[in-house]
Amino acid sequence: DIADVGHKYHLDLVLEDVLAKDTTVNCTAEVLYHLGNQNTAPDVQFTLEGELRTTAEADNLFYNQIKSLDKVLVAENIPDSQGSVSPAMEPVHLLAWVASGYVIWQNSTENTKLQLAQIRRVKQVKRSDEYLEFDYLVLLHEMVSQEIIPWQMTVLWHPQHGVQVTQHSCQPQHSLE
Amino acid sequence: HQVLHIVPETFQQVQHLQHLCSTLLLDLWKPFLPQDICVGEDLHIRVPAPLVKEVKDSLDQHMISYKVLIPNVQELVDQSMPRERSSHRQAPEGYVYTEYHPMEEIYQWMIQIQKSYSELVTQHYLGKTVENREMYYLQISQPSDKTKKIVWMDCGIHAREWISPAFCQWFVKEILQNYKSDPKISRFLQNLDLYVLPVLNIDGYMYSWEKERLWRKNRSPHMNSGTCYGTDLNRNFNSSWGSVGVSHNCSSEVFCGSGPESEPETRAVAQFIEQKKSNILCYLTMHSYGQYILTPYGSTTEPPSNSEELMLVAKQAASALVGKYGTSYQVGPTSLILYSNSGSSRDWAHTIGIPFSYTFELRDKGTYGFLLPSNQIQPTCEETM
Repeated sequence: DIADVGHKYHLDLVLEDVLAKDTTVNCTAEVLYHLGNQNTAPDVQFTLEGELRTTAEADNLFYNQIKSLDKVLVAENIPDSQGSVSPAMEPVHLLAWVASGYVIWQNSTENTKLQLAQIRRVKQVKRSDEYLEFDYLVLLHEMVSQEIIPWQMTVLWHPQHGVQVTQHSCQPQHSLE
Repeated sequence: HQVLHIVPETFQQVQHLQHLCSTLLLDLWKPFLPQDICVGEDLHIRVPAPLVKEVKDSLDQHMISYKVLIPNVQELVDQSMPRERSSHRQAPEGYVYTEYHPMEEIYQWMIQIQKSYSELVTQHYLGKTVENREMYYLQISQPSDKTKKIVWMDCGIHAREWISPAFCQWFVKEILQNYKSDPKISRFLQNLDLYVLPVLNIDGYMYSWEKERLWRKNRSPHMNSGTCYGTDLNRNFNSSWGSVGVSHNCSSEVFCGSGPESEPETRAVAQFIEQKKSNILCYLTMHSYGQYILTPYGSTTEPPSNSEELMLVAKQAASALVGKYGTSYQVGPTSLILYSNSGSSRDWAHTIGIPFSYTFELRDKGTYGFLLPSNQIQPTCEETM
């Protein structure tokens, strides 16, 4: 408890690589939730003890695949109702996951627990520069209220420059129809 | 079931045998009628499994010698019927437990499973849903002269939690396929009856298959300004109803309904459990996701009267679970480890006197959430058994 400021949490975490389950990295973090102001994202400081796996090969493969498509990538419902993700869509799913992590961080309070539930729609936006751009409509699940919240996000990505969420906004629920 | 071969030697023996056949309603294969049983003539009787001991004791008592002609009638039946697979009884034929099934298939499955294991399983009507669909539960009960305590398990109270009904089906299959060979299961069934409701929120489940995969509530309509649909059945039970962790607005996912037990699905379950409560030892309700074993209460942090015992059993379950595939479950009261809620079926079951009442939140922890891939059905169900 930090008077007049907010609540600070110290965390000792173990990070597990989703794509390489035996790989773990220890991490310490400090999270400060601001008092009162629900519109500011919590402050996060962290230290990784060790290095993250390099993904250059897989990144470049995905990058080149998308760059060489004749038509823009368009897809819906990832995973599908049965929980399946086609191999071609795996990187698209992972990208959404990373990007929604940012959106979740920006919108978290001590009373929310948000998870990416599903990608409703994703559409690639052609760009003249080297970046890839995807317009996502994702569904976030909030555990406490049990609500499914549609969220639009514009995601930029490049193998060397990483992920950027340039724009994101919460959508009205009936926009799912 | 066994078929016994007897050749009566005296008239007293004939009389005793006729008495036995008519009082126990035994199935005479030869001759057809009790009055045709004669001294010196072959007698073949089929004795159902639960009566075998009693009949043999009675024959021994009266010094009537017998031979076992057919030690296992079912086996013989299986062998003589053309089957694509082995004669090992599988039922229903070809049902794939490692896939998710729509409601129509689950209805069919229940009928088939009762047919294939009729000595143990009976299907019973519980009530109707908002959209007038029939709710059925399966009773797995080994015939016995003593009244047994009951373990009740329901799945699919929330439509989108597909792994839950998948688990109920798996559970039933595991029990029935292994009750003879697995000593733990057979001892369990000697002392307890199992009541399993594979899908509680049938309308919601169907809606999640046909229209909206992430639907949670039932499908009862509410006039708001226009029609809004759905009450959260797990906020609709009569335990501190409407007090905390709910919304009184239909547009919310945790809308508790217009009153406690306002929903026909809730009433169907509550009425049944209320009626049987003095014999119900354990109430289990299966959900996803999160990997928790939750104990009462959600509406207060006040511990239940038997909280130590509740926790002990839950912790034992969690450690058995993690032992299988390393999946860790957190154990504790909902109000402490998750969030506040009122009107849950688990809290209600405990307040009416059912000592062991638990909510299971199955896999996973959010990676796939409600959209758990079907390749995780088997490991999830195996570890939860």
